[in-house]
This record gives sequence, C-alpha cells and structure tokens, in this order.
Amino acid sequence: MLKKTPVIAALALACGLLGTPAQADETLRIGVIASYSGPYADYGRQFDAGIQLYLKEHGGKIAGKKVEIIKKDTAGPAPDAAKRFAQELIVRDKVSFITGLDFSPNAYALAPIVTQAKVPTVVMNASSSAITTSSPYIARVSFTVQQVSAPMATWLLKQGVKETYVVVADYASGTDAHTAFEQAFAMGGGKVVGSVRTPMNNPDFSAYVQRIKDAKPESVFFFFPSGVMPPAFLKAWKERGMEEAGIKLFATGEATDDSYLEATGDAALGLITSHHYSYAHKSEKNQKFVKDFYDTFGKSMRPSYFAITAYDGMAAIAGALQKTGGDVSGDKVMAALKGLQFESPRGPIEIDAATGDIVQTVYIRRTERVGGELVNVEFDQFDKVKDPAKAAK
Amino acid sequence: MGIVIFDGIAYGMLLFLIAVGLSVTMGLMSFVNLAHGAFAMIGGYAAVTAMNQFGLGFFPALVASFVAAALVGGVLEFTLYRRLYRAHPLDQVLLSIGLVFVSVAVFTYFFGPTIQAFSPPESLTGSMSLMGLEVGRYRLFLIVCGFAILAGLLLVLNRTRYGAMVRAAVDNQRVARGTGIHVQRLFFLTFAFGCGLAGLGGALSLGILGLEPSFALKYLIFFLIVVCVGGAGTIIGPFVAALLVGIVDVAGKYYLPELGAFLIYVFMVITLLVRPNGLIPRKGL
Amino acid sequence: MKSLSLTPGQLTGLEAAFWLLLASSFWLMPDHLTLLSQILILGLFAVSLDLALGYAGILTVGHAAFFGCGAYAAGLLAKHGWGEPFSGLLLALLVCAALGYALSYLIVRGADLTRLMITIGVCVLFGELANRLSGITGGTDGLQGIVIDPVLGLFEFDLWGKTAFVYAFVVVLAMFLMTRLIVSSPFGLALRGIHDSRKRMQAIGSPVAARLRMAYCFSAALAGVAGALMAQTSQFVGIEALSFNRSAEILIILVLGGTGRLYGGLIGAIVYMLVHDWFADLNPQYWMFWLGIFLIVVVMVGRGGIMGALSRLVRIRRA
Repeated sequence: MLKKTPVIAALALACGLLGTPAQADETLRIGVIASYSGPYADYGRQFDAGIQLYLKEHGGKIAGKKVEIIKKDTAGPAPDAAKRFAQELIVRDKVSFITGLDFSPNAYALAPIVTQAKVPTVVMNASSSAITTSSPYIARVSFTVQQVSAPMATWLLKQGVKETYVVVADYASGTDAHTAFEQAFAMGGGKVVGSVRTPMNNPDFSAYVQRIKDAKPESVFFFFPSGVMPPAFLKAWKERGMEEAGIKLFATGEATDDSYLEATGDAALGLITSHHYSYAHKSEKNQKFVKDFYDTFGKSMRPSYFAITAYDGMAAIAGALQKTGGDVSGDKVMAALKGLQFESPRGPIEIDAATGDIVQTVYIRRTERVGGELVNVEFDQFDKVKDPAKAAK
Repeated sequence: MGIVIFDGIAYGMLLFLIAVGLSVTMGLMSFVNLAHGAFAMIGGYAAVTAMNQFGLGFFPALVASFVAAALVGGVLEFTLYRRLYRAHPLDQVLLSIGLVFVSVAVFTYFFGPTIQAFSPPESLTGSMSLMGLEVGRYRLFLIVCGFAILAGLLLVLNRTRYGAMVRAAVDNQRVARGTGIHVQRLFFLTFAFGCGLAGLGGALSLGILGLEPSFALKYLIFFLIVVCVGGAGTIIGPFVAALLVGIVDVAGKYYLPELGAFLIYVFMVITLLVRPNGLIPRKGL
Repeated sequence: MKSLSLTPGQLTGLEAAFWLLLASSFWLMPDHLTLLSQILILGLFAVSLDLALGYAGILTVGHAAFFGCGAYAAGLLAKHGWGEPFSGLLLALLVCAALGYALSYLIVRGADLTRLMITIGVCVLFGELANRLSGITGGTDGLQGIVIDPVLGLFEFDLWGKTAFVYAFVVVLAMFLMTRLIVSSPFGLALRGIHDSRKRMQAIGSPVAARLRMAYCFSAALAGVAGALMAQTSQFVGIEALSFNRSAEILIILVLGGTGRLYGGLIGAIVYMLVHDWFADLNPQYWMFWLGIFLIVVVMVGRGGIMGALSRLVRIRRA
C-alpha cells in the first residue's frame, strides 16, 4: 500500500488547478446543464448555438452585465451527475441561473437543490409535465409532451378520423404522450383501437410495423424521442408499403426533428406532426433568427426546437431581469418570470403566471420538400395551448 | 407467420454480418475486443462518405467500407493490439474501451452527432413477391449476403492454406511457429480481416439501423450475445445463434409485444445456462 | 502486495495516511465535497466489484443490478415515510445480499464469457423491469420525493454536501474495513486460492462453488450499500443506476485502479472521476477523446491498472 501517496499528491494538485474563477460583480453567471457528448450531443450543441446567438445579438450582455456561461456535460440522462453539477454551479461557481436541462430525470433530480438555494432555473427542453411543480424555482420555456400530443388528437377528430392505433417508445414520456393523446381523442369521441410500446434500444421495427399492418387500423399515431428511432420506424413503414395499404400516419414533432430530418430522407415525406417549432415557421422574426443562425454557425446545422428554446430561455432571463431591474434574487426573478410574455421566433409565448409552465401555439405541420430540402411546413395551429396535464388537475 | 419468420431471419443476418468479425477477433484470436462496434462504425461512415461525398454506388461503397475498416484495424493491430495479445483480458477491455471513447469523439467531431443520410439503390428499395410473401428487398439482400459470407468464410478457413495456418496458430502458437508459420504476420492479417468484416457489416446495416457516433457502443450487447450464444471462435455458431436471436426477437415482438424488451435477454440467459459454452462450442470450425 | 522492505506496521501507517488524507479533503477542498462523496461511493462500488472479480474471479459486467436495487430499496423506503438513513442502508444490504445469493446460482458456473453475458443479461432485465414497474420506480423520470432525515437526528443534509460527505466517508470506511477483514480471513484466503487454482482447491477439499457463491453474495450486498448511499446523498434514483453503462463504467474504474488489490477500486474511482471531471470541464464536447487516450496510455504504460504499475515501480526501485 506504499504507492498511493504520490498519486494523491498529484490529485490534490489537479484539484487545485481546477480552481474557482475570479469573481467580478459585473458578470452574470449562468450554468448550463446539458448533453454535450454522447448519443444526444446534438441537444447540447443546439442549446449552445441558441444561447450564443442570443448573446451575440445583445452584445454578450443581459441587463447590462456581461454574461458568463458555464457548461456542464451530463452525456444523456444522468440524474446523479446533474444534481452534483447544480450543486457545484451554485456553491462553487456562484451562478445566478441554471438552465439547459434536456432530460426530465436530470431536471427532477436538481429540483430540491434549486429550491434549497433559491436559484431560478429555466428548463430549455425537459418535457415531463410535473417538472415545474417539483420546485417553485423552476420555469419552462420549451413544451410538455402532453401539450404537443393532445392537439394532434383534437386535430385528427376535426379531420374526421375516428379510429387510431398508438405506438410509443416504452419510457416515461412515451407513456405521457400515450395518455394525453388517448384522453383528448376519447373526449372527442375517437377510439384508440390498439397500442404498442417499443423498447428504447430497438434496432429493427419490422415486427411492430407488421403487427400494425395486420391490425389494419384507419390511422396510426406515434411518439418517439428525437434521434435514431423515428427514422428507423419510418423506413420500416415505407418498406412495408403501409401508405399503399391506406394507413395514415401521424406523430409529434420529435419524429421530424429538424436536426435529423434531412438524414431521415424521403421516408418522412407527407408525415403530419404536431409541435411548437419548425425552422420553416413563416414569420419575420423567425426568418431573421434563421438567417442570423446560418450566418453565425454556417449551414451545416439547422436550428432545431432545441436551439429556439435555448434562445427563448435567454430572452426569458433577460425579460425577467428587466422587470426586476437587474436583481437576481430567486423570489423576485421567479415572480418576474411568471406571467412573462414575449414574441419568440416560434410565435407568441407566455410563462403561465400560475404554474411557471409555457403557454404557446402548437402547429400542425406536413413534411414537404421545399427548394430541395425537407422541411416541416405548418398549415394549421392551436393558439395559447396550456399544458393539458396541469389543466386537468 | 411466414413474413415474421422472414423478417426474423433478415434481422438475424444483420446481426451475423456485423458480429462475425467479432467471432474472428474475439473468438479465434481470443482478444476481448469491445471496440468491435467502432470498426463497424468506421465501415458505415466510409460507405456513407463514399456515396454522399464521392458519388460512388452502393456496391463500390461496400468495398470501401471493408477496406477502410481493415486498414484502420491493421494500423491499430500494429501499434496497439499486438502488444496485448498475451495480456490479461481486463487490460484488453480497458484498451478497447479507450479506443471506443476515442472513436466516438472523433466521429462526433468530423461528422456531427446526428445520424447520416443513407438511401439504398433503387433495386433494393420497397418490397417484392417471393413465394407468396411480400418481402422487403433490402432484407432479402441481407439474407443473401449473410449466406454468401458464411460460405466464403467456411471455404477460406477450411479449404485454403491460409485457413489451415490460422487454425494451427490459434490452436497452438508455439508449435505453429515451429512449423515455420509467421504467426505475427498471420495474426496481423486475420485481425485486419476481422475488422474489415465488421466494417462491411456496418455498411450493410445502414439500410436498417441509423448511423451515428454512439453506434460503437449502442449495439455492442447484441453482437456479444450472438457471438457468445453461438460459441466464440466458430463461424457456424454465431450464424445459428444470429438466426435464432433474430427469429426470437422479431417473433417475440410480433406475438408478445408486452414482453418485447425482455425476450432476447431471457433467451440468452437460458441458452447459456443450458449450454454454457454456446450452441456450437469450438472444435471443428 | 509486493512492496518488499515494508514492515506490516508501515503498511498500516500508509493505509491510515490514505484515509486521513481523504478525510482532510473535507477542509482542503470544501468546494468539491459532492464530487468527493460520489467518488467515495463509486469507490465502494468498485471495491464490491473487486470482491467478485478480483478475489473470486467472477467476471461480471452487470454489477449495476445490485447498485440499482440497493438504490431503489433505500429510495423507496425513504419515499414511503421511513427517512432514517442507516435503516435504508441496512435494508439495501439485506435485499442485495439475498438477491446476490439467489442469482449466484446462475452465475457461479460456466466460463468467463458465459458469466460475462449472463451478468449483462440479468442487469439489462432488471433495468427493463424497473422501467416496466414505473408506477413504483418512477420509470425513466426517476424516483422522486425521497426525503432523508438528519443523520442520527442531528445532521441535516445540506446544500454544501458537508453532511453527505461525512456520512459517505464513515459508511464507506466501515464497509471497507469489513471487506478488508473478509479478504484476510480464512474465507478470503480460500477465495484467493480458488482464483489462482480452482482445481487444487477442489483437490484439498475446499467447497469451491459454495465459497464463490458467498463471495458473490457479499459483493452484491456491498454494491447495494453503495447504491443506497448514492440514493440517499442525491435524494433521487434514476433508472440509469441499473444500466449496463453504469456496470461498464465501474468495471473500467476498477480495472484502471487495478483488480485484486482492495485499494484498486478506490484509487481507480479517485483517478477516473477526477480525470473525467477535469476533461469534461475543459472540453464538454470531446472529453471522451482525452479520456479514451488516457485509458489507452494507462494500459500501454502499465498492465494491471494503476496499482499494478505502482507495485512494479516500487519493486524496481528497491531491487
């Protein structure tokens, strides 16, 4: 056991090197907890782009203070790490805000910490409904699964679709999507004729698609997290000639995430989805956003719904600090965040004064090829949609 | 029923095509090579780059995928793997996991974290009629490839001088060296060949799986299952295991969707409890 | 241990110094207490794996099954109103010991590769089960609402992680000392014998399979305690606690530190976590590249992990 002393010494030295950054009063420190590496690295990359773009447009300042962003990588869902990062950001880096948060378990895990420390937290993606109720210091600028799933059911009923088959990934958000969709669908007289839950690590969808084909439903609604699952499902759908068999396909916007859409290819053509943001959204503000985005980061990456929520997250922080006059104390900031309304590139958004959750327009879009590239073209919308899971309570 | 079996076979062949290289490096050469998925990933990216950047067709791209993965495999064998053939398996685990980490970061850096676009050639899209079944063309192609590779490998290992030398070297390195076989060069070639096979499998998987940098780790369990259930170090073993795993998985998901996620692991555990050395333990190749 | 001219007294002194140094980080690095507690917990987890892998020679990449079960046991107990922390640890220990003993019948047979795959399979099945039972476990959203009472009714878990660190330190030290006792007992020596030559031990009448089963059971119980500590100090259980990735990570940590050396797991956890944290802070996107290079270099420079390399170094200097 003789040999460990030098190691410890070296480690102690390494810890010393990590150090704490020098502090100046004129900086606003914001901690971003997200996935910068691993299978979900696109989420962190998009967050980063949205944040940087906002800061660039505002001279790197919020409420007159220079902004310092401190990034922490969870590499996917990792609640232990997320909680530790939140604690370190608060205690060691003395951040005034915590934001980012792509995965729901990560957001849930840090709720007790931000409550204890009274640090306002702005969720940029995590979409499990109860996150905003898990702490009075959490507000959300993204969406909830229920918020985008239920409008699809309503819209289907409007089109005269009465029967559908539900396919979701077998995890918490999949269950949420299933429940919200089925409730809204049944309320309008629709009927879910069957359902199936697919494992998260599922390389091949042929068995499930064949099962649906043999069940011959009128239509199918599916929810998968953005990433490799939707393209694999859509490929199997195409190959099996489901369209020719007359089965209509609907989904939430995760299926046609702008980051993955081009690689999904023609298999996505004609798919109708519901979501809160498409980079092809037609508004002046969005056109400027997309143009600035391309000018800053090049054309290799499209702004996805992660980039827009990150951009809006920064705007929300700025808006709240404007109301408080630069005061960053937790209670004042949260009071200012609640009820905050502003025009985002995705359309008008509002942070619900009662719940701290987002109220926004949910769009119905169709995947089309426009000018050579695949995009989600919005053609119908539901205004001022609140989180249905909270409205029900 | 028929179509479910067909899809199962096709899925099994997909697993076989990627895992057979692992049976060569891990089974034959007994190197616990957890970086196998990384070599498959190299093949996949090579094929995608050849098609999307250089406008090559799918079939030339397959050749490119084999060559690229074999080259990288050869270089790494020469620089790293060679030194660890006789090391403890756990050291081999550490090395190959290190390589996986590096490969994930490198591919994220150069290709981005999202999936790669891939469209199979016209002749392999859609479905066709075969003995009264509407079967996917790409899946049929995978099955054909699987049988072709199986036949080719059996031929090479059992009927050629190279194959005889490999078998000799694997069974007893010392004696093989004594008979004048250049074992080091032989292992170099075999390792590169195994990596090439992984690359080819990776490219062939493009039609079903999405290719992104975490490919190297994501499907590793499935490859290990195929090799271990089959019996490491054989070619027939993984082939049979892949067929069974594919059919069990697809049929399970079709008939018992509630248990879809469990079946393949239950199948593996039970098989290994009944036959601890795999379905076809190594004796004759 | 191959440290040649060290008296047993000096060795014990060094061990004491190691633990004192760890304890002193409470004052030396007050900003890093949460990281340090997590390092301690993973260290204990790695030591538990070492008991199975390094001492009993059972190759497993599914140890997170016990870590996760321990975490859920302690988490569920606290969530349902019994927040006293030590009883949570005890429950996790008992549950995982029972589970480990039951599963040992599946695992203590077959060759390395077979054990490897069966442990992976069992771990993945546990993960799927926890996902399926989301009504109880919270599924992928995680187990929320865990409230842990103050330790001994006095020390509340605070924002700075002071209580968590001291609590984790004391528990890990106690568990470690227990393991040390087990390893140097006749039982531990028998394990070492089995590890070196199974046939000879069988020949001298040692009940090999039963010994291995006991070792696996101990190992599982320790892993459960580590999991329970993680659940209690972070007051949350994510389904990731049960994942294959966690199993693989702890194996990397142990192999990096060195197997069969008791301190290997702890050293591995310290080095791996600090290096990881350091690289990830420097470069959140591509730290995997540097960590991978680091692992490759470690293998190339010294086989047998850090402890293996150090032991050789010392021997050379003294020879």
